[in-house]
Amino acid sequence: MNMISLTNISKSFHVGKASQFVAVNDVSLDIEPGKVTILKGPSGSGKTTLMTLIGCMARPTSGRIVLSGMRAAWMASEEPAGVEITSLPERFLNDIRRRTFGFVFQQFNLLKGISVLENVMLPAYPTGEDHREFAKRAGVLLEQFSIARHASSPVEWLSGGELQRVAIARALINDPSVIIADEPTAHLDTALSREFMTIVGTLKKAGKTILIASHDPIVFDSPLADRVVEMRDGVITSSGPKP
Amino acid sequence: MILHPAVLSLMTMSLLAGIMVLLAGAVGVRILFSWNIKSGSELQLSLERQTYLVSTILAYTFVFQILSLFLYIYTADNLHGLFVGAMCAAGTLNVNEYGYPVLLLKIVNFLLAGTWLIVNYADTRGYDYPLIRAKYALLLLIAPLVLFEAYEQYRYFSGLHADIITSCCGALFSQDTRNISGDIAALPARPMAIAFFAAMTATLVSGHLFYWKGRGGWLFSAVSLVAFLVGVASLISFISLYIYELPTHHCPFCCLQEEYGYIGYALYATLLGGAVTGLGTGVLMPWRNRGSMKQVIPQLQRTLTLVTVILYLLFTLIVLYRIKFSALTLGW
Amino acid sequence: MNRTIERHKNILEFSLSSLLRRKTKNASLLAIYTLIVFAIASLLFFLSAMKREALLILKDAPDMVVQRMEAGRQDLVPLSYAKEIAALRGVREVKPRLWGYYYDSPSGGNLTVMTAEMPAGFIKIGSGVSRLRRATAADVIVLQSYDNEVPLMLEIEEVLPYESELAAADLVIMSELDFRKLFKFPQGHATDLALTVANPRELSTLAGKIVDKFPDARPILKSEMLRTYDSIFDWRGGMMLVMMIAAVLSFIIFAWDRATGLSAEERKEIGILKSIGWETSDVLLLKFWEGAVISLSAFFFGVIAAYVHVYFFSAPLFQPVLKGWSVLYPQFKLVPAVDTYQLGVLFFLTVAPYTFATIIPCWRAATIDPDAAMRS
Repeated sequence: MNMISLTNISKSFHVGKASQFVAVNDVSLDIEPGKVTILKGPSGSGKTTLMTLIGCMARPTSGRIVLSGMRAAWMASEEPAGVEITSLPERFLNDIRRRTFGFVFQQFNLLKGISVLENVMLPAYPTGEDHREFAKRAGVLLEQFSIARHASSPVEWLSGGELQRVAIARALINDPSVIIADEPTAHLDTALSREFMTIVGTLKKAGKTILIASHDPIVFDSPLADRVVEMRDGVITSSGPKP
Repeated sequence: MILHPAVLSLMTMSLLAGIMVLLAGAVGVRILFSWNIKSGSELQLSLERQTYLVSTILAYTFVFQILSLFLYIYTADNLHGLFVGAMCAAGTLNVNEYGYPVLLLKIVNFLLAGTWLIVNYADTRGYDYPLIRAKYALLLLIAPLVLFEAYEQYRYFSGLHADIITSCCGALFSQDTRNISGDIAALPARPMAIAFFAAMTATLVSGHLFYWKGRGGWLFSAVSLVAFLVGVASLISFISLYIYELPTHHCPFCCLQEEYGYIGYALYATLLGGAVTGLGTGVLMPWRNRGSMKQVIPQLQRTLTLVTVILYLLFTLIVLYRIKFSALTLGW
Repeated sequence: MNRTIERHKNILEFSLSSLLRRKTKNASLLAIYTLIVFAIASLLFFLSAMKREALLILKDAPDMVVQRMEAGRQDLVPLSYAKEIAALRGVREVKPRLWGYYYDSPSGGNLTVMTAEMPAGFIKIGSGVSRLRRATAADVIVLQSYDNEVPLMLEIEEVLPYESELAAADLVIMSELDFRKLFKFPQGHATDLALTVANPRELSTLAGKIVDKFPDARPILKSEMLRTYDSIFDWRGGMMLVMMIAAVLSFIIFAWDRATGLSAEERKEIGILKSIGWETSDVLLLKFWEGAVISLSAFFFGVIAAYVHVYFFSAPLFQPVLKGWSVLYPQFKLVPAVDTYQLGVLFFLTVAPYTFATIIPCWRAATIDPDAAMRS
């Protein structure tokens, strides 16, 4: 199982300019495999930036992030399993990201004008996997989230709750071990937010590591949350008890 | 200057390619000075982003070079009617002193761009980009050459005035003229044929050794380069005789014409392709056993070696086929 | 290997669906692109067809024509020249030729008048003349002679059925007698001399000898004529092309603008793709396929349209510019003369600049930060 450990991570933007600011400042954190970790804090606290760093979307300005227990195709066989992702070029970060992380966004970020099925399959296109293979997997996921009947409709026709489920199905298409969700309930009403947490429960049961950034009490007060980490102004103010 | 459509297109494209490669060179300089893979600074991130631009430019330039090489020869052939005494491309290229250097530059730039793409391919598969400096140093060699080619080509075309008496290919590639191309044609056919088959066999043997035993990479690369040069010389010296079925016609361009079933394209494609992959194998040698490249280069080199050997074999087979079915028999 | 092919296939498929999703924008790009390809392809096809026509005409031309110059202007050749030139070694035959131009004031056309062995009082005419004078075989045509007295009444023997009309349309062929009457042409002189030689390799030597003998003679070789035709067509075509390159440039700017000025929608889409695991080179590949699909379709449609324009409709858009403004406008079908070389040149003039112009904008689009989608 993957364990993600962050050591002294910082991320600055616009270095050397008047607008320079530090979004994440000297953060150290271990994220346990198979658990649900919540990042809690007001907007602008650095949660999203921290998640982009963990999710290999961006590289920290300084510090180290190590993914242990994973092995990429391009690693030499004698190297120990585990990757220090901080100094990897985009090409390799991306490779890790594709196979390790699935993302659910606040705005769902689905492509308009193409079908639900295509949206779900989108992350698999550049992997070079056989189209039939991932189409089959996408079908199973749509069944599982009971949106199979919408498979060929464009996403504009779907309701908010359905969109949420499409976004989750898309995050799962490459069978990642870690799910990262950024404010997933911000645009959902209470009922749908609870439905989302139910899904999180099934994913947790399936053994996925889950990382959610949220300031919604439905999320961070949920019994599913193994650990709540609080952030403010780019630093961790309370890292909660380790589960 | 001749306002022929092809001339205009060649010049515009060379100019465009020159500008793009210059841009790539500028990125290359910044990378050579400021590259630091360990850093997460914004400068480093932006440099990494620019490497994508450079490899895209080089990939297009590579394709452009091969197309422009053939278009150049074809245009020279098409224009020969404008020059008294020029009977094919060979004569047109000889109208002024820039014709042949441009041709040579096009070939060299093609080989270099191809080699660069091979190095780039290997480099981007190592997570620490170990070849990055070598790669961009090579780029700084290519960029001026591509620009120089555009400039020389401009000088060649602007120096073309219809009606200049030139020596046609019959004179240029016949034995009694004492210039370089004459010397190649004067290379006696029989020893040249022996050298040719020897070079091709040597490539095959050393390729075999390198492919299966992983030994003699340098040797293989050197042999394949020699085989390329010998191949070109043989084309002028004796292969052309069988293609044209004339004991005195040595022109390396006429075989690109329809009359000869476009056989020239097959010959040049296999020979040039083999030269690029053979050269690429050698260029990768110094990094063969370094860190992240251990996973990448040996495998890549095997593929390249295989491609080289297959292409050269194809070339040899086409030559043998021509010799077998040619109406010409040389007494040897 | 398989994975590479699958990746290309998947991304190509997605790029097709992306293109279709933005129908209006891409249709306008495709339309302009096709128009550019069409214009340049028409020009190239037309030029090569014209060259081919010229070649056909010159095929039957004599090996060498000898004119006489007087004070640098062409003048009539005394027949005595013909006898002396015929005596030179290597000359097989010398034929004095009579020909000239006749301005036909009623129709405003300029006719080319040539002579042949035929009975006096009869003429053969080209189809253009036939159209102009609305006269066909057995009709009588009246031509005003130079001595301002009796107009010549000539009966049309036949209208020339030439497969290629370019040079023959304005032709009038008559007997030597009528020709001399028409132009008050002095006896003992010819317009020029047509030479046939035994060995074409000696043409230039022979030309030298003729100039030695008659310093006022101007020998013109067939190959020189070919060359001149060729370079005239190249030159005229080149001028047209230079104008068109301006069009290509503005198109490139348009393409650049299109590619750079990505709509907010497209930026967002690329941001999404990158956030869900697409890498810069995947997006570059997507953009490459989009460009390739657009370019190849434009090339294909443009070339076909140009082919139809030039060879089925005889290039109505170009004729006035490239052939001069003659009232006796030939109406003929050009014979298709398209080869891979022309297509290669065309590709270089259209697709290659477009491709180079889109490299940087595509790269810009492809390097949008993957976390951009999380920050919107």
